[in-house]
Amino acid sequence: MDQIIVQILNGLDKGSAYALIALGLTLIFGTLGVVNFAHGALFMLGSFCAVILSRILSASHEVADPTRLDFLGNPAMNKVFYVQDMFGEAAGAAIMDWAVPLAILFSIPVMIGVGFIMERGLIKHFYKRPHADQILVTFGLAIVLQEVIKYFFGANPIQTPAPDAFKGSLDFGVFLGYEANAIMYPYWRLVYFFFSAVIIAAVFAFLQFTTFGMVVRAGMADRETVGLLGIDIDKRFTFMFGLAAAVAGVAGVMYAPIVAPNYHMGMDFLVLSFVVVVVGGMGSLPGAVAAGFLLGILESFASMPVIVDILPGINQIIIYLVAIVILLTRPRGLMGRKGVMED
Amino acid sequence: MLGLTKQDSKLMLIVIGLVILAPFILNPFPEGSAMAQFNAGYPDLMQRFVIFGIFAIGFNLLFGLTGYLSFGHAAFLGVGSYAAIWSLKLITLNVLPGIVFAIIVAGAFSFVVGYVSLRRSGIYFSILTLAFAQMSYALAYSVLTPITGGETGLQIKNTDSPLLGGPTDGSIGRANLFGAEMGNSFELNIGNWLFTFNLGYYIAAAFMLAAFYLSIRIFRSPFGIMLRAVKSNQQRMNYTGLTPKRYTLSAFVISGMFAGLAGGLMVAMDTQVGPERMFWTASGEVVIMTILGGAGTLFGPVLGAGFIKYMENIVSKINKDILHEWFAFMPDGLEDFMVALVYPFIGKGWHLTLGIMFMLVVIFLPGGLVEGGQRIAAKFRRTKNADTPDGASKPAE
Amino acid sequence: MSKSNFTRRGVLKTGAVAGAGMALPQYLRAQESGFTNAPGASEVTLGFNVPQTGPYADEGADELRAYELAVEHINGGGDGGMLSTFSSKALDGTGILGREVKYVTGDTQTKSDAARASARSMIEKDGAIMITGGSSSGVAVAVQALCQEAGVIFMAGLTHSNDTTGKDRKANGFRHFFNSYMTGAALAPVLAARYGSDRKAYHLTADYNWGYTTEEAIRASTEAVGWETVNSVKTPLTQTDFSSYIAPVLNSGADVLVLNHYGGNMVNSLTSAVQFGLREAQANGKDFEIVVPLFSRLMARGAGENIKGILGSTNWHWSLQDEGSQAFVRSFGTKYGFPPSTAAHTTYVQTLLYADAVTRAGSFAPCAVAEALEDFEFDGLGNGKTLYRGDDHQCFKDVLVVKGKDNPESEFDLLEVVEVTPVDQVMYSPDHPQMGGAEATLGECNNGA
Repeated sequence: MDQIIVQILNGLDKGSAYALIALGLTLIFGTLGVVNFAHGALFMLGSFCAVILSRILSASHEVADPTRLDFLGNPAMNKVFYVQDMFGEAAGAAIMDWAVPLAILFSIPVMIGVGFIMERGLIKHFYKRPHADQILVTFGLAIVLQEVIKYFFGANPIQTPAPDAFKGSLDFGVFLGYEANAIMYPYWRLVYFFFSAVIIAAVFAFLQFTTFGMVVRAGMADRETVGLLGIDIDKRFTFMFGLAAAVAGVAGVMYAPIVAPNYHMGMDFLVLSFVVVVVGGMGSLPGAVAAGFLLGILESFASMPVIVDILPGINQIIIYLVAIVILLTRPRGLMGRKGVMED
Repeated sequence: MLGLTKQDSKLMLIVIGLVILAPFILNPFPEGSAMAQFNAGYPDLMQRFVIFGIFAIGFNLLFGLTGYLSFGHAAFLGVGSYAAIWSLKLITLNVLPGIVFAIIVAGAFSFVVGYVSLRRSGIYFSILTLAFAQMSYALAYSVLTPITGGETGLQIKNTDSPLLGGPTDGSIGRANLFGAEMGNSFELNIGNWLFTFNLGYYIAAAFMLAAFYLSIRIFRSPFGIMLRAVKSNQQRMNYTGLTPKRYTLSAFVISGMFAGLAGGLMVAMDTQVGPERMFWTASGEVVIMTILGGAGTLFGPVLGAGFIKYMENIVSKINKDILHEWFAFMPDGLEDFMVALVYPFIGKGWHLTLGIMFMLVVIFLPGGLVEGGQRIAAKFRRTKNADTPDGASKPAE
Repeated sequence: MSKSNFTRRGVLKTGAVAGAGMALPQYLRAQESGFTNAPGASEVTLGFNVPQTGPYADEGADELRAYELAVEHINGGGDGGMLSTFSSKALDGTGILGREVKYVTGDTQTKSDAARASARSMIEKDGAIMITGGSSSGVAVAVQALCQEAGVIFMAGLTHSNDTTGKDRKANGFRHFFNSYMTGAALAPVLAARYGSDRKAYHLTADYNWGYTTEEAIRASTEAVGWETVNSVKTPLTQTDFSSYIAPVLNSGADVLVLNHYGGNMVNSLTSAVQFGLREAQANGKDFEIVVPLFSRLMARGAGENIKGILGSTNWHWSLQDEGSQAFVRSFGTKYGFPPSTAAHTTYVQTLLYADAVTRAGSFAPCAVAEALEDFEFDGLGNGKTLYRGDDHQCFKDVLVVKGKDNPESEFDLLEVVEVTPVDQVMYSPDHPQMGGAEATLGECNNGA
């Protein structure tokens, strides 16, 4: 039983990552009708916002240390961090330690900017073009983005740890009446889960309860009519693209301590996020979120040793198998709307 | 000619000409010159051009005509490859049975996948095909290792003893066609030029021409028109009492068989299979080839396939030393600057170049490379009232 | 098989004068020299086939640096590196057999198809006489088979699976890098000495060939010292978040976790394991331990702080103090500004070994080179006394057991050598069951048709 609880936690955690990415993807799919193959790249850029900020914060100048030698026999260099110069040793170290949470603040304007530029500069011209062209151009963009990152940061994963305060695990089992150490769960992963829940709730609240969101929802349903009402829907759609990019971005930032960022992580997530969105149903935000959590939890269960022993390889294919079953039993995924991306 | 219209016969003849003369066309630069780097007329790449040409032609029959975007076509290529290599290992080193098996197995597998996936349309269909392909890949890589060889794939070994003949001296069997090995080549030296005529290439090319011919016939047939009807309005088709699924499923299976043929030929030319042949990026590649060349046109997919394989095999091999050679005529400072400028785009940066090319083509040539060709042709043919929309779109097909 | 009409048409078309008698089939041309791609009088071309895109691109870049350095040294440039410490003195800095060494590069993409395409282009287009490189066993096995078929020598790069010189060994292929069996044999005694011999191990294994052979080797050798294997779970190659595999470990009754992962898998699974507190945990009244059988510095760097105190093995490390290693680190560090990785070392050494074998054989013919390499004993290349065994073309040398350093002094100073396991301890017979048993054979060496 304790194993099942742990896997549910894992599933929720994984699911929240899937849900966040799928949410952003659906915002673009559903509102703009654009198949955005660069969405994974946006997630990756978000992760690298965390890397970049922690690099900026740990910028340093070098002072020769006469007591040590480096591998070639020259005097070794000691790093002196600018942040510590500026704010003193302790405060500087704390700032560097909190690079990942700080990167959220850093990433939101950056990602909104990236989203705006992408939409105005490129995607805008592709609204009326066939989906095939959208795939090609956004796939090209994704490659360019990841190659640029690779050029500057290399192909190796880059560790971007969470603040020290979040290291270690919470003894989750105690709350449920288990003995100590039965169910341990890392703090940062719990933070990730709650953070995702907040973001998802915020996006829903925004669309549900603001006039802006209402107009956007109307635009999703019937773009032309909204346009005829004299509302500049284009501007709002640009904003939605920025929002989607920001959601992908913060999802990436927070994910950085869980999986060390590397330049191709976007491609790793791309296929999965499309599966999640489609299983959730095209054009449905709740569907995307529900599918994210469902697939996350099922994936976690499928990787339990007991289950793999019975069905070898099930952990490799579970997501796709579930996708097939759902799409065959429910023609438009969990909550898809009729006629969206069906032709 | 052979049931083709005059226009189509002309296209067919041009393609035949291009394919036969490819060893000349692809090797325009003399050996040893700085530009020799751009020569593509060596057997492996020429074989890949035509094999991926077949793959893309087949994909285009489905996507170009019906609009159904399969994101799992690489699975059929992979399954075909596994069938072919087992035929070489167990039955005979002659490639023909292997290719036939590849087509049959891929056809059967695509029937199953198509039967299930075609119950949905649009993106739902795409994701279903993707799911099947990803499952094939994941299983071939891991659990099915006894059948697929897993990560290290399958090759012909010296311990293999096919039923019908095979080397007895302990050497490794080579794929052949009635005794003639795929690797056999004639080399022709003219001045500084070296041209290679490879048997394997011409065999693959013959299959490609057949595939191309078949594709023209399908495009022009009533069946092809039905497929186009599926694309434009399925509902209307339903109302007229036709069942679109029969047509789409046939198209899907035919296209899967083309993929199987491509897979079988890949094994015939280079006797090994690895599971990454079925990864989603491989499926994505054929989608990109088709769109890049011009989806729905006859020759576009072949162009797209050639373009991507050229980038992959030629641009990725340019390294810093070669750049220095190119710019050696410049003064030192300028040379270094030019090298630094170009370096990110070649060698390990070939993906970057590829991404940029995708974007440029799709932004400026909405109809793919074929449209680029048309625009150039139109420039030359100003006098022949080329600007009528009909005249502009016809030669594409 | 006369296609002379092609020839004539071609001549007419280009209007050039055909070199009479040059239009020979390739196999006839080859017969003049007796082997594929016989080099001309002044130059010889080697093919460096490394991953330049994909997850192992950094490793590939480091291999390429080492190759360039090796070519420079063989051609007499630079400070000569390991040429001065190498026990064989056949190489004198004038290239190979008086021919200047040129090279071509290609991208394996860490995919066997792409790797073979790239290798074939080197052989068919650039006339490469030897192919070397790679960063995974799938690629090594695929390219090795290709080289066997084409009749050129293959000098494997970083490939650790038993299969490369085990069940998939080939007469034209050679591996300097160590393998899973050696890792197991070297690691087990150290593990037993440090962690005791009554441990219970839990294996997480990458679900592909390399993972299988590594798990098999580690299990066999740890069980031989008294460990018990509690469970072993296979993880998909494409997995990025290993939480659902790590979480059950702590309550499984095991007190050691063995991560049979490499590259991105290793970085991510280790990160997850540390996050779940396994490093500080207690089980069965002992400290919980994590073991990573195969370390490389680049991957250690990706794992960052998480590798501190974790045991593993590696082929070579730049902190070694022998003359050869120091000479190599010096010339590599001077040229590129940082110390070489283990991938760089093995590729550099392979290039030198090839050049040396050609020189000793006095011929570029693959069979002559193979004969010169077989049962060749050498020293001074960083691993102490080494034997290139003729039975399976595997190098036998000391294996390094390393530990993630607790207080690294620089970003490259991540591993420390805790023990050098002598070669006798990692020796095995060529028909060892883990190596494909009695069935595995090299086959005949191939000079090309």
